Amino acid sequence: MSKQNINVALIGNPNTGKTSVFNALTGLKQQVGNYPGITVEKKMGFCKLSNTIDANILDLPGTYSLNASSADENVVIELLLNKNDKLYPDVIVVVSEVENLKRNLLLFTQIKDLEIPTILVINMIDRMDYKGISLDIPYLESHLNTKIALVSSRKNIGIDSFKKLITTYKTLSTAPCLNASSIDEDYFDTLRKTFPNQSLYKLWLVITQDVNFVDLHRKSLKNNSFTKTDSELKRLQQKETIKRYQFINEILKVGQKVNSATAKDFRSKLDRILTHKVWGYLIFFFILFGIFQSIFEWSKIPMDYIDRTFANLSSLANNTLPPGAFTNLIAQGIIPGIGGILIFIPQITFLFLFISILEESGYMSRVVFLMDKIMRKFGLSGKSIVPLISGTACAIPAIMATRNIENWKERLITILVTPFTTCSARLPVYAIIIGLVIPDQFVFGFLNLQGLTLMFLYLLGFAMAIFSAYILHKVLKLNCKTFFVVEMPNYKLPLLKNVVINVIEKTKAFVFGAGKIILSIAVILWFLATNGPTHKFSDADTIITSKNENFGLNKTDLNSKIASYKLENSYIGIMGKSIEPAISPLGYDWKIGIAIISSFAAREVFVGTLATIYSVGGSDNEDTIKNKMASEVHPETGKKIFNFASGISLLLFYAFAMQCASTLAVTKKETNSWKWPLGQLVFMSGFAYIVALLAYQILK
Amino acid sequence: MKTTIASLKKGESAIIKDFDADIIPLKLLEMGCLPGNLVKLLQIAPFGDPLYLDINGSHLAIRIETAREIEIESIIK
Repeated sequence: MSKQNINVALIGNPNTGKTSVFNALTGLKQQVGNYPGITVEKKMGFCKLSNTIDANILDLPGTYSLNASSADENVVIELLLNKNDKLYPDVIVVVSEVENLKRNLLLFTQIKDLEIPTILVINMIDRMDYKGISLDIPYLESHLNTKIALVSSRKNIGIDSFKKLITTYKTLSTAPCLNASSIDEDYFDTLRKTFPNQSLYKLWLVITQDVNFVDLHRKSLKNNSFTKTDSELKRLQQKETIKRYQFINEILKVGQKVNSATAKDFRSKLDRILTHKVWGYLIFFFILFGIFQSIFEWSKIPMDYIDRTFANLSSLANNTLPPGAFTNLIAQGIIPGIGGILIFIPQITFLFLFISILEESGYMSRVVFLMDKIMRKFGLSGKSIVPLISGTACAIPAIMATRNIENWKERLITILVTPFTTCSARLPVYAIIIGLVIPDQFVFGFLNLQGLTLMFLYLLGFAMAIFSAYILHKVLKLNCKTFFVVEMPNYKLPLLKNVVINVIEKTKAFVFGAGKIILSIAVILWFLATNGPTHKFSDADTIITSKNENFGLNKTDLNSKIASYKLENSYIGIMGKSIEPAISPLGYDWKIGIAIISSFAAREVFVGTLATIYSVGGSDNEDTIKNKMASEVHPETGKKIFNFASGISLLLFYAFAMQCASTLAVTKKETNSWKWPLGQLVFMSGFAYIVALLAYQILK
Repeated sequence: MKTTIASLKKGESAIIKDFDADIIPLKLLEMGCLPGNLVKLLQIAPFGDPLYLDINGSHLAIRIETAREIEIESIIK
C-alpha cells in the first residue's frame, strides 16, 4: 500500500505554544531554512500520523491576524493564498490557547474564510481548572464549523488524538463560520461579479495587503471602478474586525464559562515585582550580570579542552601521516580551522540557552515594558532591548528581530546600532586576549578579574550602541507615527524540550553557517602562508642555513628560524608586512595584521588565523594557540607582542570595528539601501581605529 | 477634556467608548481594543509610561500617547 503525504500548516498567535505543539508533533525531525529571497525563518518538520499517512508540518511565523503588517506575516498570507505553492496546506491547524481564546479566534475566523480544511487546537488545557474555565466543545465545534483538539503540549496531553484528527482532514468542513462581507454588501457584490472565479475573502486580502500573485495582481484590482481610498479601506477593515469579534463574543457567551472566583492570580504578583521601579531594574541588572559571569566561567573548561584536543590532533596528524603538502594541509590548515569553529560552541550554547529561557518564560516582555520610556530618550523602543540582548549571540537574527518595532525611525536606529553589542564571534577574540594580558586574579575574593574585564567589554558595547543611537536620534530627521503595542504573555516555566531544541537549532545554524566561512578562510590562509612569490621563499632553507653556519645553532632552533623566514616571505607575510605601517601605531605586528585582514569579513576568523599562522610558523604543534601567542616576542625590541597596551588596543578595536560581511548584507536587506550598511562600515571601523590608536599610545 | 485610558488610575476599569480610527492601529483593534469592551489598567511602568492593560482579556502594553486617543466611559474603581 502506498503512503500518502500531506501538508499541514501550523498557524497561531504568538505565545499560544505553537512551537511546542510543533515540537510535540515532530520531535527533532526538523529543518530550519529561509523562504526564498527573504530572511524569514522557515521551519519544517516531519510527522508520521498513521500507518498510511505521513505529514510535512510547516510552522508558520506567529501572527495576530491575516492583515499583514510585517514581512513575517506576508509569508503566511502568500503561502495560504497560493494554491500552486508546493507547501500549500491540505489542512490548516490553528493553535489557540485556553486563556486567550477570544483573541485567538479572530485569526481562526479569518482562516476559515480561506475555505481550506481547518482544525482548531486549544492548547494549555491543563490550566483550565486553575483558571476556572470550562468549554462546551460540541457547541463550539458546530458553530465554528470545525473539529477541536484539546491538547496540552506542555504535559503531552491529547497529542495522539490530535494526530488522529488530522488524518480525517478530508471530512472537515471548508465553509466559513460567519459572513464577513455583510459589512458592505454593495461593495462585495461588485467584487464578486467582477471576479466570479475567485474566493471573495482572497480578493479582499489582496486589495488590502501588499501581496501579489501570479493570477491576481493588486494593481489590476486597484485600478477598477470599485476602488476605495486607503482610509475607506481601513474603516472597512475595522468594521470587519468588529464584526468578527461580535460573532466570537456571541459564541463564547454560550460555549465558554469562566468562574473568576476560582482563578488564582500569580501573574499580577510577579508583575508587581518584575516591573517595579527599583526591584525591576535591579533584577534585570542581576540577571544580565549572572549571564555574563557564567558564560565566561562555565565555558572556560570545555573551551580549554577543545583547544588542547585540537592542538594534540594536529600534532598527531603531523607525526603519523607521511610528510608532504597534503599532511601540512591537514595538520596546519584544516584541523586548526575546525578547532577555530568548535571552540565557539560552549559560549554560544550558553548564550542561546539564556536568551531562550528569558523569551520562553515571558520575562522578556516585562523588560520591554520596563525599558521603553528610557530607551525612547535615545531614539530606541522598549522592543529594541530584544535585538540588543540577542545581539550578544549574533547580530544577524538580532537585526531580523527588529521587525516587530512598529516605528520606522526607532527600527532603523536599532538596526544601525545593534552590531555594537558584543556578539559571540567577538567572544573567542576577547577570551584569548583577556587570557593573555589580564591576570587571572580575584578581587574582593569572589570577582574574577578576567570575568570583570569581559563584563566591562559587554557594557562598553551596550554603551556605544546607546550613545550612537542618541546621536542618530538627534541627526536623523524622519517623521514617523509613533505606535507601540506589546503583548504581555503569561509567565511560563520554560519547557526543557523547547529550550533544548531551540539551542541545538541555533547553535547548529551558527556553526555550519560561520563554519563554512571560517574553514575556507583557514584553508586559503594556509595556502597563502605556505607559498611565496619570490626565490626568498623557495630557497629559505639554503639562505638561512648559510647565514647561520657560524653560529652553531642546534637543529630545532635552525628549523624554527627557517620556518619564520619562510612565513615572512610568503604571500600572506608580504600582505601583513605591507599594512604594518598602518597598524604598528596601534601596537600590532604584521602577524596580527594578517589576522585583521582575514577577519575583515568575519571577526571570528581572528583566532583561527592566528592558530594557522603560528602553526605554520612554529616547528612543533603540541603547544596550544594561547601558549604560542604568549611566548611571541617582537624580533627587534624583544618585548612581548601581546602585552597590556597592545592587548587593550586590540580588545577595543574588536569591540567597535564593523567586521562582519553577513551583518552588512542583512542591514542592506532590512533597510533596502546600501547607504546604511556603508555608513555602519565607515563609522564603526573608523571609530575603532581611532580608539585603539589612542589606547595604545596612552598605555604603552 | 476627554476621559481616556490615560486618565485611569492603577487598578481601575472602564468601558471603551470611541476613538479615531485613523490614529489607532489596526493591530490594537485586533487585540480586542474595540468600543464596548472592558479595559483595566494593571500596571504603570516606571516614569509613568507605557501602560500595562487588560483589554477584553488580552494583556498588552501601549504608550501613553496612544492611550490618550482612546475615549472611555463609566469608570469602575
